[in-house]
Amino acid sequence: MRMIWILALKELRDGLRNRWIAAAIILLGVLALALSFLGAAPTGSVKVSAIDITVINLASLSVYLIPLIALMLSYDALVGEFERGTMLLLLTYPVTRWQVILGKFLGHVLILFIAIFVGYGGALLIMSLIAGAGTEGWLAYLMMMMSSLVLGAVFVALGYLVSVLVKERATAAGTAIGLWLIFVVLYDLILFGALLLDDSQVIGQQLFSTLMLISPTDSYRIFNLSMFEGISQAAGIAGIASEAGMSSSLLLGVMLLWVSLPLVATLMLFQRREL
Amino acid sequence: MAEQNNLEKNIISLQAVNKQYGNETVLHDVNFNVQAGECIVLVGHNGAGKTTLMKLMLGLTRPSSGSIKVLQGNPAISTAVAQRLSLGYLPESVVFYEAMTGREVLAFYADLKGASHKECKNLLELVGLNDASNRKVGTYSKGMRQRLGLAQAMLGNPQLLFLDEPTTGLDPLLRQHFYELIDELHKEGVTSIISSHALNEVEARASRFIIMKSGLIVANGTLDELYHQAALPIRMQVNVEPGQASIVAERLGSDVTIDNVNNQSLSLSCFKEEKMPLIRHISGLGEVVHDLQIIPPRLDEVYSYFMSGESL
Repeated sequence: MRMIWILALKELRDGLRNRWIAAAIILLGVLALALSFLGAAPTGSVKVSAIDITVINLASLSVYLIPLIALMLSYDALVGEFERGTMLLLLTYPVTRWQVILGKFLGHVLILFIAIFVGYGGALLIMSLIAGAGTEGWLAYLMMMMSSLVLGAVFVALGYLVSVLVKERATAAGTAIGLWLIFVVLYDLILFGALLLDDSQVIGQQLFSTLMLISPTDSYRIFNLSMFEGISQAAGIAGIASEAGMSSSLLLGVMLLWVSLPLVATLMLFQRREL
Repeated sequence: MAEQNNLEKNIISLQAVNKQYGNETVLHDVNFNVQAGECIVLVGHNGAGKTTLMKLMLGLTRPSSGSIKVLQGNPAISTAVAQRLSLGYLPESVVFYEAMTGREVLAFYADLKGASHKECKNLLELVGLNDASNRKVGTYSKGMRQRLGLAQAMLGNPQLLFLDEPTTGLDPLLRQHFYELIDELHKEGVTSIISSHALNEVEARASRFIIMKSGLIVANGTLDELYHQAALPIRMQVNVEPGQASIVAERLGSDVTIDNVNNQSLSLSCFKEEKMPLIRHISGLGEVVHDLQIIPPRLDEVYSYFMSGESL
């Protein structure tokens, strides 16, 4: 565990040194504040709090932003060290290869944790100071931050898989962008496109729910939208989710599976890698 | 570190090691043992397999066939962590995390090896990087990187050192300083494997040479053994009274190989077993001989001998 912690701290210090963490905090914080001020407008007529609206807005935005940040953080993690040559020396030290992967993973998840909890959390604090609102809705906001972190972890793990598979950093960057497009944009586009064209209703509700569930980004979306009874009806997508009996723990479980599978695959490939 | 009674044990042992990358054979039937306290110098042309050999001993790659034991264990398996605590490695043209300072880099590696930060400070001083220790490694010159590389290899008092082309990029003064450090470690009983092109530098230090050619070990022995195997002629330079050289040449007779004669000196060559009779013969010539110099074959001649096809 000590080794993992040493390696994680190195990644964390790298993140602080190159202002990565600072940039991510500012980006997430400013967006959260902007969305919360936008979200504050319609509260009068709808029976939801400003925070709830903000959670939904932020979740819709995070689904694009968090995977991108996580992939940018992780695509270089292994291929970069192979290409520069630092991995060679590192692996002659008394660390096992799984400690190297888990150490980096812990470090990168910590970076995301700081970025999300300081960025989004700071925005929440500023928001409540200005609006003078109570603590209602904070739980949902906290759940949104936590699930954002899990979503980030999914894409850190996927980034590592890319990083261990390709031979060059440039290829890794390209592949990471491709992954982002597939998971965040194309998958839903194709799914909904198929649903629109499906006049004879081949895609039943069960199949559709399953197809939604297996996507980590959709799981994240549904997880956050289905926290609110009223909203989930209005938001459409999540209505299906709750009808199909997708519990929060099931959705979170799917996301955690998306964390562990790429991580295990990365580890197996890395173990076999010769330097 | 090495205990006295372990001195005779093999610290490294390679048996019938082959290594292929695809269809290319990089190492072919490599066998050798290294005992504690030895200083082995690996020589060979570029691409002879020296670096691959080191990587195999470090467990970074696995052999295609054959067995490798380093510090009584297989270096390539994940449980070899304990062995790696007692070895140090300086890779050929070492690379560090550029954005970190020298001190941070060394502290990171010290943490991994369980060495103290006080030791880092001492090592930085030892390699003369104290003043530059708060600068980013990205700004370091080749020589400074190499020195930082040596410092990290020495962390945690390793028992076994692997140094791949350690003096490339070092100026003559630093080279000397570097070899003094190695000598110091050697006295403490550290075993070292050094790959080098600079034969004249390592000549005096090596307890044994392993000469590699296209993935094969073509010679393995002490300097004396190599001279003997190569059976290269010993050269002699005889200075005589001016004008007497051709007369001396005649008196030596036709059995002696005379390479060159000028006014007051002769160049002779002979094999090891002929050396003493020839010296006695020359000294029997009397006052006419002023001086006699014996020039043994140089290491690079031995090296060229083994690198040329004849030895195979």
